[in-house]
Formats: sequence, structure tokens, C-alpha cells
Amino acid sequence: MFLRRGRGRLDATRETLAGWLFVAPVVLILGLFLLLPILMALWVSLTDWNGQGSPFQSGVPYVGTRNYTRLFTEDGLVREDFMTSVRNNIYYVAIVVPAQTVLALGLAVIVNSRMLKGRTFFRAAFFFPSVTSSVAISVVFLFMFANSGVVSQLLAVFGIDGPQWFSDSRGTLHLLLGGLGLVDPDNPPAALTGGGPFGLSWWEWLSGPSVAMWTIIMLVVWTTSGTFMLMFLAALQDIPVTLEEAAMLDGAGRRQRFRHVTLPLLRPTMFLVLTLGLISTWQVFDQIYVMSQGDPAKTTLTPAYLSYRMAFKNFDYGPGTAISFVLFAIIVVLTVVQRLIMRRRV
Amino acid sequence: MRERRSLASTFAGYFVLIFFALVFLYPFVLQIGNAFKTEPDAARDPLSPIPHPFSTSGYERVFGSTDFPLWLGNSLLVTVVVTVGRVLLDSMAGYALARLRFRGRRALFGAIIAVLAVPGVVLFIPKFLVLNQLGLYNSYTALILPVIADAAGVFIMKQFFESIPVSVEEAARIDGAGVFRTYWSVVLPMARPALLTLTIISFQGTWNEFPHTLVAVQNPELFTLPRGLADLVSGSLGKGTQYPLKLGAAVLATIPVAVIFVIFQRYFVRGANEGVEKG
Repeated sequence: MFLRRGRGRLDATRETLAGWLFVAPVVLILGLFLLLPILMALWVSLTDWNGQGSPFQSGVPYVGTRNYTRLFTEDGLVREDFMTSVRNNIYYVAIVVPAQTVLALGLAVIVNSRMLKGRTFFRAAFFFPSVTSSVAISVVFLFMFANSGVVSQLLAVFGIDGPQWFSDSRGTLHLLLGGLGLVDPDNPPAALTGGGPFGLSWWEWLSGPSVAMWTIIMLVVWTTSGTFMLMFLAALQDIPVTLEEAAMLDGAGRRQRFRHVTLPLLRPTMFLVLTLGLISTWQVFDQIYVMSQGDPAKTTLTPAYLSYRMAFKNFDYGPGTAISFVLFAIIVVLTVVQRLIMRRRV
Repeated sequence: MRERRSLASTFAGYFVLIFFALVFLYPFVLQIGNAFKTEPDAARDPLSPIPHPFSTSGYERVFGSTDFPLWLGNSLLVTVVVTVGRVLLDSMAGYALARLRFRGRRALFGAIIAVLAVPGVVLFIPKFLVLNQLGLYNSYTALILPVIADAAGVFIMKQFFESIPVSVEEAARIDGAGVFRTYWSVVLPMARPALLTLTIISFQGTWNEFPHTLVAVQNPELFTLPRGLADLVSGSLGKGTQYPLKLGAAVLATIPVAVIFVIFQRYFVRGANEGVEKG
């Protein structure tokens, strides 16, 4: 009895030691390259560091929360750029998230249908763009949307004179409002251009995504739908066949079965896809870097790209870092809100 | 009546599937076709997938007038080291978190879940700051070390180890094998499917990684394929659009992942669906 207890204690010590040895490399890497950098960046966001030497030496000017107030309350180029980037990203999120979710769900439902053959092939075809390099794919889309390129020639087949995608900064909501005859885009009403929140006029807030932004929207919907389709597909395959059969016996038509049986069961996956979509669309960067660098006329500028550009091109590390923390806050808030809704409804 | 309706819906189903298969795959067909064109041909008739005349000059220039071979070498080196490192380190940590009872285990797992929630773009400048401060900026170490372990991999491995029965390990432990010995010769061989999934998603993720290279290195000698490709597009080529060259370089950069995708498709699918359990 005594012996066994002694050995047990020895084992416990050895297991603790082994446990920490096993996790040590991961803890070290994540601590050094994730936790520590965040703390360092918090400091830098409170300074005016210009990239020279170390941000922790004594000569670096401490500015308190000024880098944050410059983003929100001080009139100037920094706020104008930041708010423009926020506007662009809001429109981008508002289109990409619903579009990719609906497309992914639609494809999953059709691929899952038992009557169709070649399921593996179609699943692979839809998923393939998701696994390729974002940079390589952006090169392909640059080629396709080039002036008199693939898309322009394809539109010409249908008699449509397509835009010069990457140099067209016109806001599509402006174009739509103009097309409906509500306002004249070249001469917007003074009530809208006069003022507005955060240094942008109401007219600027109401631009909608620019024509150039649409190319990036299409690219991203095209590359991410496949991944989300797989998630829906996995969830659909978990729905017991007997449930659908029971609904069928009760006389439910296909559309009714989808609305009242399938969709409610897909709700957890739906929320997951929406959350992941919201998180990733606020982080769009690679495609902007390769395809537009924020141009034309700053209409593809996003907070992620702006923060990179401020730090690494303008050497304004303070405001650049402040933008990344605001972005962090936006993403955390969205995640928490999603979680709360999910907990209540599922 | 019912049969006719189901026939019609089968037809509609195939129509939608084939339409979207074209939408998702035809850009790659155009990419490959145009990479084998001459520049005037690609500019005049980009919509045709068939080169006329057939030309390999785009590819010749990929190797002749860009640093493609260098980028390829760097990408291979970084990808192999990071993948091996992730598989080893993530599985060790995942095993410890799943099986070993040690003080602080719960807190540690909580911390790893928290880390999973940190969005990558937020870390651009912070990562640069730490690499700069440690004097690692512009080195292979900067490309590799920060990404050699990842929280998502640890999570996948922990989930896996919790799903296999504990009895085999207990037998080994009773036979007197130490913790490391048990892990190495009993646990790891059982974990092959999970290890393969992790290998594949690590390979794909590292091979395609772009933003990390932006904040880790600046020296063209250290460019990986995505970085080099982005550099080509942003104008290092000089005059002309040179689409056959750019598309050719993009094709070559896509091939390794495409081959792995075709062979190991189900592991990719599994990897993508690990995300579901994460949520």
C-alpha cells in the first residue's frame, strides 16, 4: 500500500515534467511570436515610432491615445483614409458574406442530392480554388479582368460594353441611384455632400463598392465558397434520411422539406459559416496587395491593407498599429455578438 | 407525372453543377492555355484556351529572366521545415493536452483556444516588431520560426488523441515504457491519419503563405514563391503586361498543391471540416 502510493506520487511528478516538456516548444513559439508581439505592438500604438532603431529606446515620443483619436475624432488625412477603408470593407463584407454563404449552401444541397452521379468530382471542382495560393489566383483574375481581357470579351459576346475594371473607381450604389434617376452622380445633392459622420460626407458613405472592388469581391466569393460548401455538405450528410422520409410521408413537398426540416438542422453550421465569413472578410489583404494596392482612388483600401501601408510604406508605425487593434476589436465584437445570438437561438 | 418532374429536376441539377464546375475550373484552363501563348496572341485572344501559335517562351522567360528557381528553392526549404516542425511539435503538445495529467493543463488549453481567435492580419506589425527586436528580420529563421507551431494544429491533434482508446498506451506503460517512449513508438503510429491531415494542411498553408513573408523578410534572396510572384505582378518586370510569363509562373506555383490535392483529397476535406468542430 505504502509502496504503491509512493510510486504514484513519483509517476505524477514525472508526468507533470513530461507534460510541460511536451508542450514547451509550442508554448515558447506562441509566447514569443504571438503574445509578446501583441504587447509590444500595444506600446508602439501609443508612440510616434518611425521605424528607426528600437521602439523601446528613450528617444521615442510617447503620444498616449492620440493615434486612436486621430482615427476617430481628429480631422485629417489619417481619419479620412481610415474611414474610407472602413466604408470599403463594410460594403465588401455586406456582399461577400451573404453571397458566399448562399452559393455554398446551394452547391452543397445539389451535390448532396442522391439522384446525381459524379458527386466526388463536383465536390473536388468546387473546392479546388480554395486550396490554391491567393497570390497565384489573384494573378489569374488580374489577367481575366484586364482591359479587353477575358471578361470584357465575354461581355462583348452579349453586346455589353464592360468597364475598365481595375481603373474604375465609380461607386456602384452611386451608379444605381443615378440609374434610377434619384440623384445625378456627377452633381450630387448638397444635402448629402454637406456633412456626415467621421469626416466623410453622407454621399461618400453611400458610394457602394467601386467597380474595381467588385473584381475582388468576385474573386473571394469564388475562392471561399468551396470550403463553406464542404462544411454544409458534412452537416447535410449528418441529417438522418428517416427524418426526410417521415416529412415526405406527411406529404411535405421538396421546398417545404427544405424549409422546415433541412434548414433548421443546418442552423449551427449556418452560424459557423457566417462567423467564419465575417472574421475572414474583415481581414482581406492578399488580394488587395496583389490586385489593386488600395487603388483606384482609395476605393479598394481596407483597414488591414491601410495598416500595412502606413507602417511599412509611410513608416507611421503608431497609427498603423492602432488600426490593427481597432480591427482586432471589430473582429472580437463581431465574434462575441455571433456567439451570443447562436447561444440564444440554437 | 412524378417521374417527369424528377427527370426535369435531375436535368436542372446537372445543369447547375456543370455550369458551376465551369465557373470554378475554366479560369485554370484559360490560365494554362494562355501561359503557352505568345504575348500578342494572349492580348488579342485571351478567351481562347488554345494557343495559336503554341509557344513556351513564357516559361523560358520564367526561368531565364526572373528569380523563379531561387523562390522555388526557398519555398521548398521553408515548407518542408515548417511542416515537419508543425507535425512534431503540434502532435507532442496535442498529446500532452489530451493524455498527460499535469498542473496548468486546463489553463494552457484555454490559452491555446484564445490564441486561435486572434486574427492573423492583426499580427503583421507586431510580428515585424518582435523579429526586428530580436535581430531576426531578413533571415530564414524569420521565415520559419514564427510559424513552426500553430494553435490550430495542436487543437486538431488533441481532438484526435482524445478519440482513440487509452488502453493500448496503458498496456505499454505497465510494461515499463516511459512517457516519451510510449508516445513515440505506440501513440504516433496509431495517429497516422491525423498526422497525414496535419501534414497536408501545413504543407498547403505554408506553401501558399504570403503576408508572413512580407513582414519577415525584405531581401529578394529570401523571397518564397508567393512573394516573388507578387513582386512580378507589382511591376518588377518592367514594360508590357507579359501575361504568358506571369500566368506560367502562377501555374508552376500551383502545381505542387494541385498534385497533393488530387492524391489526398479526402484529407483536405477532413482538414477543412476540422474547422466545424473548432467553432
